[in-house]
Amino acid sequence: MTARALLEVDGLHVRFPMRSGLMQRVTGAVHAVSGVDFTIPRGEAYGLVGESGCGKTTVARAVLQLVRPSAGTIRFDGADLTAMSARELAPFRRRVQAIFQDPFSSLNPRMTAGDILAEPIRVHRLVPQPEIAERVGHLLDLCGLPRRFVELYPHEMSGGQRQRVGIARALAMEPDLIVCDEAVSALDVSVQAQIINLLADLRRELGLTYLFIGHDLSVVRHLCDQVAVMYLGRIMERAESEPLFATPAHPYTRALLDAVPDPDPEHEAGREVEPLQGEVPSPSAPPPGCVFHPRCPVAIDRCRQEEPALASVGSRREAACWLAEPKPRRDTSIKKQEVSL
Amino acid sequence: MTLLKVEHLAVDLVRDGKRYGLVRDVSLDVPAGGTLAVVGESGSGKSLTALAIMGLLPSELSISSGTIRFNGQEVPDLSPRQMRGLRGGDIAMIFQEPMTSLNPVLTIGRQLTEGMRLKLGLDRAQARARAIDLLAEVGIAEPERRLKEYPHQFSGGMRQRVMIAIALSCNPKLILADEPTTALDVTIQAQILTLLSRLCKDHDVGLVLITHNLGIVARHADRVSVMYGGRVVEEGAARAVFAAPAHPYTVGLLNSVPRLDLPRDRALTPIDGQPPDPMEIVHGCRFHPRCSRATERCAQEVPPLAPHGETAVACWHPVAQTVAAAQ
Repeated sequence: MTARALLEVDGLHVRFPMRSGLMQRVTGAVHAVSGVDFTIPRGEAYGLVGESGCGKTTVARAVLQLVRPSAGTIRFDGADLTAMSARELAPFRRRVQAIFQDPFSSLNPRMTAGDILAEPIRVHRLVPQPEIAERVGHLLDLCGLPRRFVELYPHEMSGGQRQRVGIARALAMEPDLIVCDEAVSALDVSVQAQIINLLADLRRELGLTYLFIGHDLSVVRHLCDQVAVMYLGRIMERAESEPLFATPAHPYTRALLDAVPDPDPEHEAGREVEPLQGEVPSPSAPPPGCVFHPRCPVAIDRCRQEEPALASVGSRREAACWLAEPKPRRDTSIKKQEVSL
Repeated sequence: MTLLKVEHLAVDLVRDGKRYGLVRDVSLDVPAGGTLAVVGESGSGKSLTALAIMGLLPSELSISSGTIRFNGQEVPDLSPRQMRGLRGGDIAMIFQEPMTSLNPVLTIGRQLTEGMRLKLGLDRAQARARAIDLLAEVGIAEPERRLKEYPHQFSGGMRQRVMIAIALSCNPKLILADEPTTALDVTIQAQILTLLSRLCKDHDVGLVLITHNLGIVARHADRVSVMYGGRVVEEGAARAVFAAPAHPYTVGLLNSVPRLDLPRDRALTPIDGQPPDPMEIVHGCRFHPRCSRATERCAQEVPPLAPHGETAVACWHPVAQTVAAAQ
């Protein structure tokens, strides 16, 4: 990690008050994010994975300054965003853009793609007025859409095309960091690969940095250089993509990987899969000790009492587990013969 | 023995005096106790096929030709009364979103016992006793207490377990499960599908698993039918289809999914273009506008589903088995 960090999240906590009763008094708190740290070097893609309720989207919203952290700092290009006023934040908002899951609800149905892309350019005065049309055309080219799309409304496009417009809109601001929140989850399989490849190409060509939030482990592995696995508001394990998926060290990471079926019946027939028992506990009443212990297949007494902190389990990888040990999951090095057309 | 046999099924939409073919020439075969996966993207007609089997097509849609035989009976010939007996009786259905298929104002116990009292003729106490057993069987702790609760008091995974219990309650011979785990987290998805597969095997129930997830097909299905644009484009034993896919669309799907069991740097090869709009008329093979092997003939004639090596494929230029079987 010689490159300078673009985003440094340190000790991030986000609590939402719970209100109840006639007077709507605060009666408790949902601790959505409890002490999350990670650093994204410039030009890298960083993945946050986990199940619903693990806090990954709340981390993304905190980075986008859509929720205020209860504690911790978020440094973007050296500046602490959490200490800034709304006015001071404005220039940073342009440099941090987002792509959301559902392109239909994140595009204004009454604006054409041309208007959707031109508006941010005009508002931020990114290019002189006469050059806006050319700039919009260039954005469509970048995202693989024909230029006639300037005339089209979102309802006239397919899901994949709408997501391309969503990506073009994020690029219109010439951002440094793009937060992709489940950006390919709503797409059909055959179209999903197009968008995954587009995101990978754009990162290479434009030197972008991604914070990629996803629940699909195979997509995150494919796109991200580093990955953090979250559970109940905490990071359970973080490492570079390759070692994390090949030799998971945390029992939760291993369980997540085991839960994913591979598209290979021969291989699946030989796989002994014991699904993880139970469900994610409520973040308003997390279990004592390690928050994963009630579902953990290898938990010992210590796990029920003391919460493990992230600790090194090898070169540049950490896990929050008393029993962490990188173990090969299965051999992924075999080059299977793929059929080509 | 064949439990469900669908032959040359066609479903039409009639709107503004125009007729659109949403499902065409679909044939499926489910043996008793077997698992058939129907895989396809949105608009492929996979859910409509299931709704047609259940006699649950929306009023704009109708079966225009083909036969559906279940356990020796012609399903479309049944009277509405006989159909009601079949639905939730011999054939049960599980939908994607359990919150919308459970009634929010009735207790789980009421919803679970209703079918048993109606279809099995059990009295209140018998139905309740069986409901408790069923909830325990689908892995719900403290079943007596939970019978009195409402759907909103259950998590998504638990609601889907309740749906499985309801589906099993009247001793079905066949369960149609339409994307039963798509809305669930991956660890819960694994729990639910493992449970559903095991229960179907234990009770000798046939299962039609409708999904877009190729991994789920590989883990849970004996046979697979790949649908595209309202037609079955490839069909066969799951092992054969995955080992030697012959339809360019099946090959394209397998090459476009990121996989944990292959090296991380493997390039994804997407299928160009978009899935077809079901209302749009495409001549010839519906996949031809996106197919790299397409010729003149593909744009004019619809290829029939024909045997090809170990699978059946609807393509004028199937991928050669010698290449495909190199593995």
